[in-house]
Amino acid sequence: MDIGSTAILLARAQFAFTIGFHIILPAFSIGLANYLMVLEGLWLLTGRQVYMDVFQYWLKIFAVGFAMGVVSGLVMSYQFGTNWGAFADKAGPIVGPLMGYEVLTAFFLEAGFLGIMLFGRHRVGPYLHFAATCFVAIGTLISAFWILSANSWMQTPTGYKTSLDGRFLPDSWLHIIFNPSFPFRWVHMVIAAFLSVAFLVGAVGAYHLLRDRQNQAARTMFSMAMWMAAFVAPIQILAGDFHGLNTLEHQPAKVAALEGDWHAEPGQRLILLGWPNMGTEKTDFEVSIPHLGALILTHTWNGEIKGLADFPRDQRPPSPPIFVAFRVMVLLGVLMAAIGIAGLWKRYRGRLYYSNWLLRCMVIMGPAGFMALLSGWVVTEVGRQPYTVYGMLRTEESVSPIGLPGVATSLVAFAIVYFIVFGAGFFFLLRLMRHMPIVGEGGPPQGVPVRSAGLTPLPSLHPDPRHPTEPRPAE
Amino acid sequence: MILPLIWAALIAFAVLAYVLLDGFDLGIGILFVAEDRDEDRDVMVNSIAPVWDGNETWLVLGGGGLFAVFPLAYAVVMPALYPTIIGMLLALIFRGVAFEFRFRAITRRGRYWWDFAFCSGSILAALCQGLALGGLLQGVRVENRHYAGGWFDWLTAFTILCGIALVFGYALQGATWLIWRTEGRLQRRCRRYAGYLGVILLALIVIVSLWTPMLNPRFTDRWFSWPNILITSPVPILVALVALRFWNGLRRREEASPFLCAQAWFVLCYAGLGISLFPLMVPPSITIWDAAAPFESQIFLLIGAAILIPIILSYTAYSYWVFRGKVHPGVHYH
Repeated sequence: MDIGSTAILLARAQFAFTIGFHIILPAFSIGLANYLMVLEGLWLLTGRQVYMDVFQYWLKIFAVGFAMGVVSGLVMSYQFGTNWGAFADKAGPIVGPLMGYEVLTAFFLEAGFLGIMLFGRHRVGPYLHFAATCFVAIGTLISAFWILSANSWMQTPTGYKTSLDGRFLPDSWLHIIFNPSFPFRWVHMVIAAFLSVAFLVGAVGAYHLLRDRQNQAARTMFSMAMWMAAFVAPIQILAGDFHGLNTLEHQPAKVAALEGDWHAEPGQRLILLGWPNMGTEKTDFEVSIPHLGALILTHTWNGEIKGLADFPRDQRPPSPPIFVAFRVMVLLGVLMAAIGIAGLWKRYRGRLYYSNWLLRCMVIMGPAGFMALLSGWVVTEVGRQPYTVYGMLRTEESVSPIGLPGVATSLVAFAIVYFIVFGAGFFFLLRLMRHMPIVGEGGPPQGVPVRSAGLTPLPSLHPDPRHPTEPRPAE
Repeated sequence: MILPLIWAALIAFAVLAYVLLDGFDLGIGILFVAEDRDEDRDVMVNSIAPVWDGNETWLVLGGGGLFAVFPLAYAVVMPALYPTIIGMLLALIFRGVAFEFRFRAITRRGRYWWDFAFCSGSILAALCQGLALGGLLQGVRVENRHYAGGWFDWLTAFTILCGIALVFGYALQGATWLIWRTEGRLQRRCRRYAGYLGVILLALIVIVSLWTPMLNPRFTDRWFSWPNILITSPVPILVALVALRFWNGLRRREEASPFLCAQAWFVLCYAGLGISLFPLMVPPSITIWDAAAPFESQIFLLIGAAILIPIILSYTAYSYWVFRGKVHPGVHYH
């Protein structure tokens, strides 16, 4: 392998590494911000203390996760230029404005109201505070909208024309934004974020229920999570199926790679396990079920799909990582739906909070959503190879003229910093989640100490009976 | 042809907003060098905790906007300034998470470590931004739409000077912000720091300003030729006037004016930078029009920016308003 292709490989590793860390955190923010919005809304509606307790409990965790998301996201916005300068120059006119809209419509909205959401509850009063929470939650969804539009355009580019010097120029913004794979990817990703956080919340609830069955806040967390698992996990499987069919239409090589199929055959079999061999063009150690592949992908008994060998060698994505990641994702998705159904049954029997095995399973499944989400991204991004803009711009034509030493040094620096910083961050998050939720849970930051009282001074002078003065957590 | 100009102005505005807003909060990190009592450090961090995230978003807009509307400049400048950009990003990571982590550390040593990360991250980020600015000013070699210079082109005496100047400048911003937002002993000490830092910064501004025109004959011509000098000479005069107002404000123990004067210095230096560079985007060869994205890209994002930036400014102002007033010691953030 020559130096140039090693540099490309390291640049790819750096992007994969930084975005792999990053993607967890926005998913966490999307899911948790919306959960917090629901909790605060329920609290305003019902006035039940337990909703405020759960809100405050997760708000502290949200603050830590959000800070990590901001800084790792900042890295991403510069990564296109540092390592992928040629891509930035050629695809910038299209991808750039989409990301510009993300900053203008989402990042500022989130950052502008985050301060009030975290620190301002006693300065602005409950309704304005709820509005701030809503803005942050909506901001996360808008952010997902734009970034997934940009990502999907790279997967299924439409609405552009090419200039003589090989740049992509916008032709129709409507077709660029709503490119064919975007609606599917957006829905699939947002649901994935909701489910990931639901399982995290459920696992924390279950962990505390195992120690104290009567803890109301833990019960609320667990119960809400189980509703999500029961209804949203199956919806997600359905959404994934639609997304897969869309991929089959636009990126058949990706589907062939994730299925491990090498040749089209009538009544395509479904390969359950095996190891795709890029050299011999067959899947080793294959365990398969006849006709099932045709049934899933074409919804007919005797349908066939193209295999990897039907594509020229230099247009094939590397099958093994895609094949494995896809199976991990599907397995976790099925397990999540299964837990949801088990929860429904236990709830029907009135034993939801007393089933030891269900609680333990839920604790183990805590990270399942995030793992499935990462696997899904491996499938879709590695499956886009060997292109950055699918079918149009190859990965090796996208890199910056940065030599091997530069890319290698920065990769090592990122790896070290990320492990220290995010290692510490995940440790702090786990420690916060280990702390048992209490009645009158103190939020992160009540009242950054300032003399004046905010726009509506009443709440701070005569505390609303619904906000008893919170005892500060002993930390 | 007017569109790239409008965008250049908007990107310049975003970067200026970043420098003015994140400047004082990086400065607070830099002042951790001098302030080592836990109580004071908590007050310092609390004074910016609700707003720092919004401040940093302007940097994302600067980078993202450059990518969107001047992709060539973005694609050339990032590789040219590679180590400074990576260094800045890594430093901002440390300092950004330290806001939360320093309150979450269990042991004193843990907390000390995150304070150290906050402080050194702030210094390194400021230094890297100064180096990057200097590197851009002194020019970037470009061939065939690619960066064509060496590894360490960005590292010269001039860029190091710019880096140091920005560290002191941000420290001054931080000190004057604290004069405004705190009281008692911390405020008194910040007044003293602001006095020293003002002298140092003014000296550095003079050196950088005299050095810049020597980098490129084009800059010399821009500043000193007739009739340009009619337009350019008010800049140094205003710097001097602001300096008078600044020391007057410090002497009379005013609260907000030192901060506003420090900001005014930054605005003036920034204007000077614009005078030198215009109409270049990446000296010595790429102009605003060379670097511009196609009309369709620029107009599409401009519509959004025209509507959204005023809205963003108003809710940012609202957020500052909500958290106005003095920050008291003793009441803890977490």
